[in-house]
Amino acid sequence: MDHPIKRDHARFRKIVKGKVRENLRKYVSEGSQIVPKGTDKFTIPMPSIDIPRFRFGDKSQGGMGQGQGEPGDPVDGQQDPNGQPGQGEAGEGEGNKELDVELSLDELARILGEELALPNIEPKGKKSLQSTVDRYTNIGTTGPDSLRHLRRTYKQALKRQIAMDTYDPQNPSVVPIRRDFRYRAADTKVEMQNAAVVIYMMDVSGSMGDEQKEIVRTESFWINLWLKSQYKDIEVRYIIHDATAKEVDENTFFRTRESGGTLISSAYNLCKEIIEKDYNPNEWNIYPFHFSDGDNWSAEDTKICLDLLDNFIFPVSNVFCYGQVESRYGSGQFYKDLVAKYGEDNEKLILSKIKNKDGILDSIKEFLGKGK
Amino acid sequence: MNRTKPITGELLNLKNEIEGYAIEAGLDFFPQVFEVCDYDTINILAAQGGFPSRYPHWKFGMDYDQLSKGYTYGLQKIYEMVINTDPCYAYLLAANNWVDQKIVMAHVYGHNDFFKNNAWFANTNRKMMDVMANHGTKIRRYMEKYGHDNVETFIDKVLSLENLLDINELFETPELKRERRELAERQMAEEAKGGYLIDDRSAALKSFMRSKERSSRTDNVEGNENEDVLAEDMKLRTKDVLGYLINYAPIEEWQADIIGILREEAYYFLPQRLTKIMNEGWASYWHSRIMTERALDASEIIEFADKHAGVMYMSKKQINPYKIGIELMRDIEYRWNRGMFGKEYNECTDMEEKLHWDKKLGLGRQKIFEVRKTHNDISFIDEFLTPEFCERQQLFTYKYNPRTNRFEIDSKDFAAIKQKLLSQLTNFGQPIIEVTDGNFRNRKELLLEHTHYGVDLDAQYVDATLRNLHAIWKRPVNLATKYEDKEVVFHFDGKEFKTLDS
Repeated sequence: MDHPIKRDHARFRKIVKGKVRENLRKYVSEGSQIVPKGTDKFTIPMPSIDIPRFRFGDKSQGGMGQGQGEPGDPVDGQQDPNGQPGQGEAGEGEGNKELDVELSLDELARILGEELALPNIEPKGKKSLQSTVDRYTNIGTTGPDSLRHLRRTYKQALKRQIAMDTYDPQNPSVVPIRRDFRYRAADTKVEMQNAAVVIYMMDVSGSMGDEQKEIVRTESFWINLWLKSQYKDIEVRYIIHDATAKEVDENTFFRTRESGGTLISSAYNLCKEIIEKDYNPNEWNIYPFHFSDGDNWSAEDTKICLDLLDNFIFPVSNVFCYGQVESRYGSGQFYKDLVAKYGEDNEKLILSKIKNKDGILDSIKEFLGKGK
Repeated sequence: MNRTKPITGELLNLKNEIEGYAIEAGLDFFPQVFEVCDYDTINILAAQGGFPSRYPHWKFGMDYDQLSKGYTYGLQKIYEMVINTDPCYAYLLAANNWVDQKIVMAHVYGHNDFFKNNAWFANTNRKMMDVMANHGTKIRRYMEKYGHDNVETFIDKVLSLENLLDINELFETPELKRERRELAERQMAEEAKGGYLIDDRSAALKSFMRSKERSSRTDNVEGNENEDVLAEDMKLRTKDVLGYLINYAPIEEWQADIIGILREEAYYFLPQRLTKIMNEGWASYWHSRIMTERALDASEIIEFADKHAGVMYMSKKQINPYKIGIELMRDIEYRWNRGMFGKEYNECTDMEEKLHWDKKLGLGRQKIFEVRKTHNDISFIDEFLTPEFCERQQLFTYKYNPRTNRFEIDSKDFAAIKQKLLSQLTNFGQPIIEVTDGNFRNRKELLLEHTHYGVDLDAQYVDATLRNLHAIWKRPVNLATKYEDKEVVFHFDGKEFKTLDS
């Protein structure tokens, strides 16, 4: 049986994770809190659960040290309120510890999925993307010692000794020599996977301020996180547009500050080109996302957009998502146009209005809640 | 659970060898039991304050989480745990190498001797292993009966007040309490009757008289005399806030029991918090002596020196109790060996003479044994810290400089260092807070007073702690203190946290 402390530990983890859950809104709206570490490990700086006590205010207190130095010299680093673990006195350390709870991306996505009750996505199309996986199912005559297959090596040695008539059943010692050694070897297998691509389009016209872009950035982080948990390989493309559209890298997508008019059709056209060029709709799950403040230049351009959606984008994509960020300058007209044409509830189109940072989670839920 | 195993074979032989050296050195200890365990078990034990069984609470899980991570990432490693019990249990990490085990064993005999002989441990319960296990059972039962969340929430609230202890309670025994109460009653009776100055009444008569006394006190005066007596009681000042709450807070029996349990455990650990420097100093002093004089093989010297130096690491950010403790113990021994104490020595103004002072008294060993018996960290520092010692140990105080936004060395002056050390040790490093009134403003509000010695309390923590206290007291709670140079009373009435206008 496990020690009862494992239950305390599980309880603690639950509380801590409960914290993540309860405060998930907060973390989401402050996307910067989540610090990537390595390739797929994330740490969330999180206070350990601190039992409040009457205690002295921190900085006025100062402290004592030992070592060389003259008055005025800096004392390196911060005061560590927790002494080293000593004998029989654990549980004595007080003070505010920061606890890094390490969550893998998968875990984070799972929490997100649970919190928002997101359904798993049912990929369309057949598994078409090839990827190779190495599995140790084969036997080879060379390899590192750590992969040596003892039984096969022994058998080989036994066979050789019998063949050479050096095996004595009375004294059944089998001594493998160099060429008896057998090693586990990798077989490369081809596995098929669902392929997915996300195409983010963002309006960077003058009316999209920093706050609006921050919202888009945070939201796309979480959307990526979720889609990555659903598809093993996922490609992400970024398009920014004002009156013209261009494809950019991630960094530019989030940092650029453009200005000028808005022709949404330019982005949709570019999106179409990208899909036609790189992503065969029969093989790829395609997720175009468009974020804008809803201000389009003209009614004619809106008409072009709707045509593009109807004739190309809808048929090829799993679902087209349009997120409208509220802005002081934007009219929000494009949202209305879309609703007028397709209605609020359309198979191929998900619409969402994002009022402010707190609206991000609801918006994610709207986008991903249908399991497409 | 068989997570720990008694030592056998080589280790057992080693134990017998080291124990021999300890006896030879004059250490006086409880029977010593060593067990070995793996790192996970020692992390568990450390998280639970050394005990194999505690009440269920997430804080043990949290400490375990941190210790395990610390071990996994190589940040820290616990070599041994020793608990103040009779027989004295100590756990050794199975993965320790041979020299580690030797050091650790020698170190443990030091602790064991200290537990047995130091005055502050005199009244600790040496059967605490069983007590802790019983506490666990009790609380588990309460959880079954009243709900896990419910009980856990209550424990959280009590833990919030766990540091409000009165160190004098360590010397309180039921007998002492009864004697004192009886004495007070007798005096009262004598005053009322005009005094039996020579008390030659039989015990039976006395007890009869006393019961008469009591009943007449309550009978004669009509109305709520009892409540008045209670109200009088509630005005008693005490630093033992948990004890006060058990007696006067409007709580259910199981809640009072839980406060009692946590209070008992807190008082059990208190002597260790009062003697950290001495205890570690003493144990280190003895591991050093036993190792270097007897137990070490020549081939192990480097290994020992390396480990010992690791333990004695000096930090600029905080003082290392092992280091200060061992050096001060050695300093005392040296001074008493040479007679460097007393009027004559203190009044000597010739530095040269002082430096070479040697009366060849040889009292050092005797003195440190005496010191380990009677002192706690505060009196230890107060009495034996010397300017020469501070200089030799390169001690300094530091403080926060808001202009440069960093901590800077403040002073290397003896008086300042001593003052800082003592203030850090005062009331085991916790703010001095006592209950002064359970009927504050005549409204059954609770009043705590903080004795301010120059450092403000953290207001956010005051807020959060008062909230927890309110959940137990149920009427508004107050804390009088000084904050930013003003006398204030923090007040929490169940809804909002504010400062009272006085």
